[in-house]
Amino acid sequence: MTATLAAPPARTQAARRGRRRRHLGAWLWLAPALLLFALFKFVPMARAISMSFHEVRPYLGDRWVGLDNYRAVLGDDAFRAAAGHTIVLALGETIGSIVVGLALALLLEGTARHLWFVRTAVFLPTVTAMAVVAALWRIIYHPAPDGALNSVLGWIGLGPGQFLDSPHTSLWSVMAVGIWRGAPYDMMIFIAGLAGVDRTLYEAAAADGAGPLRRLWHVAFPAMRPVFGIVVTLAAIRGLRVFTEIYLLTNGGPNGSTEVVMTLVYKLGLERNELGIASAGSMLLLLATVVLTVVAQSLRRRA
Amino acid sequence: MRQLDTALGLGAVRGPLGRIIKIGLYALVVFVFAGPLLALLVSAFGRVTDPTKLSLIPHDLTLDNFRTAVDQGVLRYLANSLIVVGGGLLLQISVSVTAAYALARKSFPGVRLVLFLILSTMMLPEEILAIPLSLVLADVPVVHVNLVGTLAGMIVPVGAWAFAILVMTEFMRDVPIELEEAARLDGAGDLRIFWSVILPVCRPALGVLGIFGFTMIWDQYILPLLVAQDADQFTLALALRSLRADEQVGTGVLIASALLALLPSVVVFLALQRQFMRGLTSGAIKG
Repeated sequence: MTATLAAPPARTQAARRGRRRRHLGAWLWLAPALLLFALFKFVPMARAISMSFHEVRPYLGDRWVGLDNYRAVLGDDAFRAAAGHTIVLALGETIGSIVVGLALALLLEGTARHLWFVRTAVFLPTVTAMAVVAALWRIIYHPAPDGALNSVLGWIGLGPGQFLDSPHTSLWSVMAVGIWRGAPYDMMIFIAGLAGVDRTLYEAAAADGAGPLRRLWHVAFPAMRPVFGIVVTLAAIRGLRVFTEIYLLTNGGPNGSTEVVMTLVYKLGLERNELGIASAGSMLLLLATVVLTVVAQSLRRRA
Repeated sequence: MRQLDTALGLGAVRGPLGRIIKIGLYALVVFVFAGPLLALLVSAFGRVTDPTKLSLIPHDLTLDNFRTAVDQGVLRYLANSLIVVGGGLLLQISVSVTAAYALARKSFPGVRLVLFLILSTMMLPEEILAIPLSLVLADVPVVHVNLVGTLAGMIVPVGAWAFAILVMTEFMRDVPIELEEAARLDGAGDLRIFWSVILPVCRPALGVLGIFGFTMIWDQYILPLLVAQDADQFTLALALRSLRADEQVGTGVLIASALLALLPSVVVFLALQRQFMRGLTSGAIKG
């Protein structure tokens, strides 16, 4: 009402005030999320960065040590071994889940009702909590000759194996559990990708005399290239951050043969209270994750 | 010739041999992926004394394992898990939905920066933040509350989940502006529009948030591990480890408790399967 009577400057002022009120409204809607993200993501992140450059001394105050923590971590044989295990595990689980997931997707693709049933059954490990998966697989891997997996292996004339109990097989046994849980996830993404392939291309290829394998190689795979990019990125990140399955299946043992970066960091930080060195270890892992994500994204964009 | 509707065209495989091979493969993959979970179900009702007695064929059915599990306080752990998942989900959905409303339907300076900051946390695995997070939980900045040793400590941090905000923002962007404008002409304010125009339209996305949030919170391990101080605050997931370490408790009890931790997620997944698949593909394809 005042705006209609007032001179132009006042009108723009009123408009500006209105806009500001609208902006304030938007921030109010965002406030709960921003508060939670600040408290539980950004503050911990900032503390992790800061601790990685300090010797953390409760009650005495932290002491700036520059890159010493990073040097200590990188020079530590245990950390280097853990980093190696993490890379082997991440690579193995990524490749394994993709190969198995793709095979499952090709086998179980389609709209028939029995396929839907099989897909649902196969997908169940992915929605099962890791704690349950670990409890279950520790029982399956029971190393006695009449343990569950050893019995199954006995049917086809293999085994018995020590699985988690032997330093030679423990990392592979953990990897198998990761693939068991990860492959169905990849399967579903592949099936979604396959559903997007133009059906008439299959017909055309078949009419040209291409068999199933050539159809796969020349029609389905090229159409699914972006899907591969996503699956690789997700699986690799999943592999790098691995903690719970190791913690519960082997806790790094036997003899350190399955120690990964996160279990080592957890032990350093919460059991030995070396917060600075533990933070430096986490930051290196984060760096690897970010680099991997960025590289994968840029490769995807170029593809 | 039958229409080719899959890459390998397995649907067109005919003849007894082809059928047998196909059914054999289906049986194999079901055995490998669902068999262990089925063995958990069957063995929970069997007389399991040691880990070698896992079985797929029911015999000698009994509820003994569950009785002993209840004596071990499993109901308490189950209740804790349900409180954490219920409270966490409620918080996560409310926070994500209100944030998405601002991000999708309002333009204000800084909107892109906020979205970027929130999405950048998707690259930040929670395991990496575990140690500083435990320090923050022991003394939450600004309010100076100690959440260690409380179920609230397991609930509040899961409220901040970028994936949920992303899914909701993308969905709300597609709500036609006309719906909102019509309501505004009728004199409805932001709150009214949000509650009675936007939210009802977003019901499918709420289903996606529900199933993904449930699975994510039910799967939480490191957060409860950091927060719980004694058995009173254990969730089922944490309890499985102490049950395993307890020599007095047999494998049967562990299996029964694991089954209790498995069932809710399977039931929720089967009930909301369609939403789950939609979220899986949309979230993943869009990165």
